[in-house]
Amino acid sequence: MMLYALLLATSLSAADGFNLSQSCPPSFELVAGNRCKLVSRYDMYDSLQNKGVGGTQTALPARRDGFSPQQIDLGRYLFFDPLLSGNHQQACASCHQPARGFADGKALSSGANGQLGNRSAPSLWNVGFLKKLFWDGRSDTLEQQALIPMLAEHEMANTPAKLLADLQANNHYPALFRQAFNTERIELSQVATALTAFQSSLVSLNSRYDHYAHGYHQALTEQEIKGMNVFRSFVARCAECHTPPLFTNQQIAVIGTPEPDGMPFDAGAGAKPGWEKLRGGFKVPTLRNIALTAPYMHSGRFATLEEATEFYSKGRGHAVPKGEDLLLHWHIWEPKLTAEEVQQITAFLGSLTDESLLPQTPKRLPSGLALPTEITTNSQTSGATE
Amino acid sequence: MKKTTIALALLLPVAFFTGQYFSGPAMQAPSLTADVSFSGGAAASANAKKSVIDHGAVGQVHQVKPGQLIMDAVKAAQPGDVIQVFPGDYVETVYIDKDNIRLSGVIIDGKRPRLYGEERLNDAILYSGNNILIENFLITKYKGNGIMGQAGNNFEIRHNIIEDTGVYGIFPQLGINGLVEHNVISGIEDAAIYVGMSDHIHVANNEVFDSVAGIEIENSRHAVVENNFVHNNTGGILAFVTPGLPIKDTVDVIIRNNWISNNNTANFGAPGSMVAGIPAGTGILIMAADEVIIEDNIIIGNKTAGIIITDHQNAPNTTLDPESDPTPDKVMILNNLMYNNGYDTIAEAKVLLATEFKQGQPDIIRVGNSNGSCINNPQQYITVGVSKWPACSFTNTDSVVNYLLEEPAAPRTVAADEKGKYVYLGVCTGCHAYTGRLIGPPVQVIQSLYMDEPQALADYILNPMKKRDDYPAMPKQDYLDAETRLAVAEYMLKVGN
Repeated sequence: MMLYALLLATSLSAADGFNLSQSCPPSFELVAGNRCKLVSRYDMYDSLQNKGVGGTQTALPARRDGFSPQQIDLGRYLFFDPLLSGNHQQACASCHQPARGFADGKALSSGANGQLGNRSAPSLWNVGFLKKLFWDGRSDTLEQQALIPMLAEHEMANTPAKLLADLQANNHYPALFRQAFNTERIELSQVATALTAFQSSLVSLNSRYDHYAHGYHQALTEQEIKGMNVFRSFVARCAECHTPPLFTNQQIAVIGTPEPDGMPFDAGAGAKPGWEKLRGGFKVPTLRNIALTAPYMHSGRFATLEEATEFYSKGRGHAVPKGEDLLLHWHIWEPKLTAEEVQQITAFLGSLTDESLLPQTPKRLPSGLALPTEITTNSQTSGATE
Repeated sequence: MKKTTIALALLLPVAFFTGQYFSGPAMQAPSLTADVSFSGGAAASANAKKSVIDHGAVGQVHQVKPGQLIMDAVKAAQPGDVIQVFPGDYVETVYIDKDNIRLSGVIIDGKRPRLYGEERLNDAILYSGNNILIENFLITKYKGNGIMGQAGNNFEIRHNIIEDTGVYGIFPQLGINGLVEHNVISGIEDAAIYVGMSDHIHVANNEVFDSVAGIEIENSRHAVVENNFVHNNTGGILAFVTPGLPIKDTVDVIIRNNWISNNNTANFGAPGSMVAGIPAGTGILIMAADEVIIEDNIIIGNKTAGIIITDHQNAPNTTLDPESDPTPDKVMILNNLMYNNGYDTIAEAKVLLATEFKQGQPDIIRVGNSNGSCINNPQQYITVGVSKWPACSFTNTDSVVNYLLEEPAAPRTVAADEKGKYVYLGVCTGCHAYTGRLIGPPVQVIQSLYMDEPQALADYILNPMKKRDDYPAMPKQDYLDAETRLAVAEYMLKVGN
């Protein structure tokens, strides 16, 4: 009886208008100052120099948290709302779809006006732990990053003035920003903060691999354990850059993957003047939830995990275009993995899947716009109600 | 930190006991008595060697004999256990993702257990646990590493023979407080001993030869490398900052009392590897590392130079990393015996000699910048690039016995209540909100059902039964151990929002 009373109360309060959540998302503890602090089983451990890289029982790196429940929830609405694009056709979630590991399943993403981009949308799982954003690592903060695709011509193609005018003129957003920021006037920085707050809640740390890491060795199959041992072996050397617990060491690496047919060579981090040594270099991506985010690499060149894994075994520099003299990463060599070992690695990567903290996709948006179709057609049924 | 004292004489009884066997029935293992130190002589009583590992009470002893798998014993072992491996061949990869395991080869009639990779297996031994001891093995014909650690603290790797085994012989990475001693390693295509991104390390009394690099200290701090016999490699001892790694510096390294001779082997490192750029005939190579002391080494017959000091700009194969300082600062060269080095040196060195109007065979070459460095009695060496270095303010490192921790690095202590909180927030809240429906029923409802019965709740989550038609069945939480299940149940029943 009590249960039904509770459910009734929850659904009534959300029936008309929009109220931002007063509770932190799952895995976040509400602490003094109305702030949400992430708590994880990895908090039981330490890491060398607090860098958050190591082995099975290593602490996580510093993370972005401490946002209020309201900021996180406002960010959730903004993230799904096509009001943020210039033509109101595209939301952040269009390229970072919850049902596709917060990527979009495409090799190259396209913008609000249908323009094809030159890189693959990266997954946002565990993005709150990253110190560098974008494939080429050009942003240092999620706040800085959030505005760039929104204002880029080939992406969401908006302008600051239009974005703020649209939000301010909306029936609901001014009140929601007031709840989240105690503000009368919506500012660009608040939009960035709210999107950052929401993205910091996209946490995946409870996979079967994690159960193994915390000591329950039956969590992985024999095949997956073999894969883990190939993965961290000094033949395959995957773990040297895709280092636990996040399966990234957050560095830039030049590995020399091919571009899709017809695409020009992408200089990545090396496009910046003075950074020529990093020509063709991209940020080492996390491998958590990697089974959900095909195709792979910065330009989505590889359709499957097997293909992506085989790339590393085909010889140092085998795909580097003629005339490109790249300073390839020293761990790119010729491990000569057997077909069986590639399968084992792939099986292990599958054990890194965990979507237990998938946030709720809003049923309605404050803007009154419909959710972009790519989200509604792909969305999986969530047990949650609003 | 307070310095501990090692009496070298004390190492002898250790070696004696670990190699001991009894004259009774064949294949008997040594008994696991506590180490007993020599009590005679003139040593002061404070000269005690501290153990890197706080072993505590010895748990179960698992014996592994030929035909059995070492890995089966590792799977069965609990923290504190000892795994004794008898002489014979073992063709497997041993991985230890547990704490406090002593993996101990048993040597009988001079025969030790051989880990044999058949040129097919990747690594011989991988560990990620803390307090791991690995001793007395012969490791050969693996493709990857002989012994590789990932983030284990307080490790001891000793008395192993590693031959012709892939990329690194012994490679502890991302660990604190470790001892690598009395190993004999050869035929390695990168570094025979490679300490990567680790702090408080002691590498002593090893023989490393016929490898590309003998001993490499990379992106690590507080390391002593002493009393090693380093010969016939391409490069002898390296102290490196490799750019592009998550740990950015190498600081506070003492290289002393090593015998570093005839490291003239042609470079057979993998293309693109950092060591592939080392000129054959390099005794000691300092790249971008800071506060490196080089003292009382015997450095002879290294044809390019006895010591090379370089920054990143002048080193091949180094990438750009704006977060790592490319300059080797505060290099301190004390007295060393250097003789017959640089007799077939590289063209760059000859050019540098010419710029200082010097001739001859260089003992020491410095290229690129270096700040705050010093050298004692430079007149005894033929040098390039250090003539403006002042004398150091000290003459020896006798005050430093080692840089190991006074006490083994302790794991973070986590109270049961705290553990319960981590699991409640890290796991349970994914399906259970405090109020309202998520995937499973609200925590408030669970609290009203279980009230003062945390054990019943702990039992339920181990083996849940479907109780409500309107909710999906709960998955088993059997990956949590009993203590953690109770801790999380207690936490869940008292949580307030």
